[in-house]
Amino acid sequence: MTDRRRRPIVVAVGALLTVGALATSFPFVWMVTSSLKPPSEALAVPPTLLPRSPSLDAYARLFTELDFGRYLVNTIVVVLIGGVGLLAMAMAGYGFAKYRFRGRGVLFLLVLMTLMIPVQVTMIPTYLILNELHLTNTLVGVAAPTLVSAFGIFLFRQFMATIPDELLEAARLDGAGELRTFWRIVLPLSKPILAVQAVLTFIAGWNSFLWPLIIATDQDKYTLAVGLSLLNQQITVNPTLQMAGSSLMVVPIIVVFVCFQRYIVQGFTMSGLK
Amino acid sequence: MTHDGGAGGSRLGGTAVLVGARDDAPMSDRSRRSARRRAPGSAPARGPGRRRASVVPYAFIAPALILLTMFGLLPILVAAGVSLTDLDIGGLGNPETIRFIGLANYERLFADPEFWQALRTTGFFVVVGVPVIIAVSLAIAVALNTSQSRFFRALRAFYFLPAITAIVAVALIWGYLYNSQFGLLNQLLAQVGLGPVGWLSDPTTARLSVALVAVWRATGLNTIIFLAALQSVPKEYHEAAALDGAGRWTTFWRVTFPLLRFALFFVTVTTLIGWLQFFDEPYVLTRGGPVGATTSMSLFIFQKGFSLNQFGYASAGSLVLFAIIAVVTAIQLRMRSTDD
Repeated sequence: MTDRRRRPIVVAVGALLTVGALATSFPFVWMVTSSLKPPSEALAVPPTLLPRSPSLDAYARLFTELDFGRYLVNTIVVVLIGGVGLLAMAMAGYGFAKYRFRGRGVLFLLVLMTLMIPVQVTMIPTYLILNELHLTNTLVGVAAPTLVSAFGIFLFRQFMATIPDELLEAARLDGAGELRTFWRIVLPLSKPILAVQAVLTFIAGWNSFLWPLIIATDQDKYTLAVGLSLLNQQITVNPTLQMAGSSLMVVPIIVVFVCFQRYIVQGFTMSGLK
Repeated sequence: MTHDGGAGGSRLGGTAVLVGARDDAPMSDRSRRSARRRAPGSAPARGPGRRRASVVPYAFIAPALILLTMFGLLPILVAAGVSLTDLDIGGLGNPETIRFIGLANYERLFADPEFWQALRTTGFFVVVGVPVIIAVSLAIAVALNTSQSRFFRALRAFYFLPAITAIVAVALIWGYLYNSQFGLLNQLLAQVGLGPVGWLSDPTTARLSVALVAVWRATGLNTIIFLAALQSVPKEYHEAAALDGAGRWTTFWRVTFPLLRFALFFVTVTTLIGWLQFFDEPYVLTRGGPVGATTSMSLFIFQKGFSLNQFGYASAGSLVLFAIIAVVTAIQLRMRSTDD
């Protein structure tokens, strides 16, 4: 398999993949260009690919006529609450990776079992539980059900198991407490997995739709996703506005993803998916 | 196919861990047994947790475990209990009015033609969707793996984008493309003198349109999993095969493909579960219509539970779905263990 013999094949595959990539991402291109068109042009026959007179009017309307400013703030709050879950998962991963204690096996199995439960089963009971706790229609209630995922705990455990025990022992000999050891030694060493989990947590919180839809009943608790779904009920009215709203949701995620792409692919390799 | 961005990851992990759990269980059993042999209260001698092992580890795992119990394990029990009652919106405010009705919800469920239609619809999505997603994502992964150049690595991101896009945005974008009057697809068809096609209004077409969006969204994640597996195949294997005079095609099927067994198994299990739980795309694109053609099991449960507020009835449906998923997953795990 010399490079010379491979060359034509690589070029052909590359060309095919480029066509596929363009087709896959075309809906996004269409979304962004349509969001910049005036409403009449978005409905024009035949359609135009690039807007003839691009404007940001639709984006302005999202924030002035509609309440997208508040939705944006709510979404950011939900994402930030997700950070608490991130810390809880890291702690649990550390606990399972680096301590031996009674019931460890059973408890870890319990964690893994939660992965088999489909969301449709938990939907109604979770609503009832949050209702009992008076957390319905609060942003904490919106974030709570997805705060911790067994998958996250599993990934943290896998990673932290590779931290040498000697390092932890050395810290303890130096008089560091358990919490301090975790904070000063374990977390800094776990940066790669923290990065993966932080990105996944951000994406999940930003995109989450079902729980906000069920839990948030007042408009002022809506997240971007729920606000956007309200626009969906007006499909014939204004595609420009809808595409502007979609762009507002999708573009930040794309930016985050492109910045951290390397870590995400690594994360899947690290989790031992071979 | 997931209900939101995060579930993709967690469901994905679901089976990875499922598989891992089988390997893990004997080990943890052993460690528990060895712990029991020592005097009660004393920590095992190995590991850094030797000193002060009493409460520290429990304190570390407690926050996460409490949350998981509250939103994972407890709900299953609640659902089982609720499925035996006639709980509805009135019962929420007035717990005294809730009646225990035994298995009546299940009897009603099995006599409900809507339930059977939802089951058949889900079956259709599984049969069509699983092979398509596996074939497409494997093909893309193999293609992406032909070269390690910067260009090829940049292309990966394009295929992954749909997987991280919010479902609501997906619905709006595709709803606009599919729109029968001014949607781009029908406009393009009109240019060549075809159509208009009722992408989301004709029952059969709507199923395929909805499935297409699901395939578009699910391919990226599976492609990455296959890609990670492909990259872990040692180069020497390919060189050895080439030295033996094996062609590219033979090398792939005889050397690479067998090494992808675990990834393939993993993707099959998660994709199958994903289609069994199929919810997002029909919910946002068609609300299960037209005439129930795209109402999957999950959507059926959601409609009964949250649109009609029949929590008891919907809980019964959700437990049946859970049972189906558990059985299908168990069968696949069994098949894998006999396979090895």
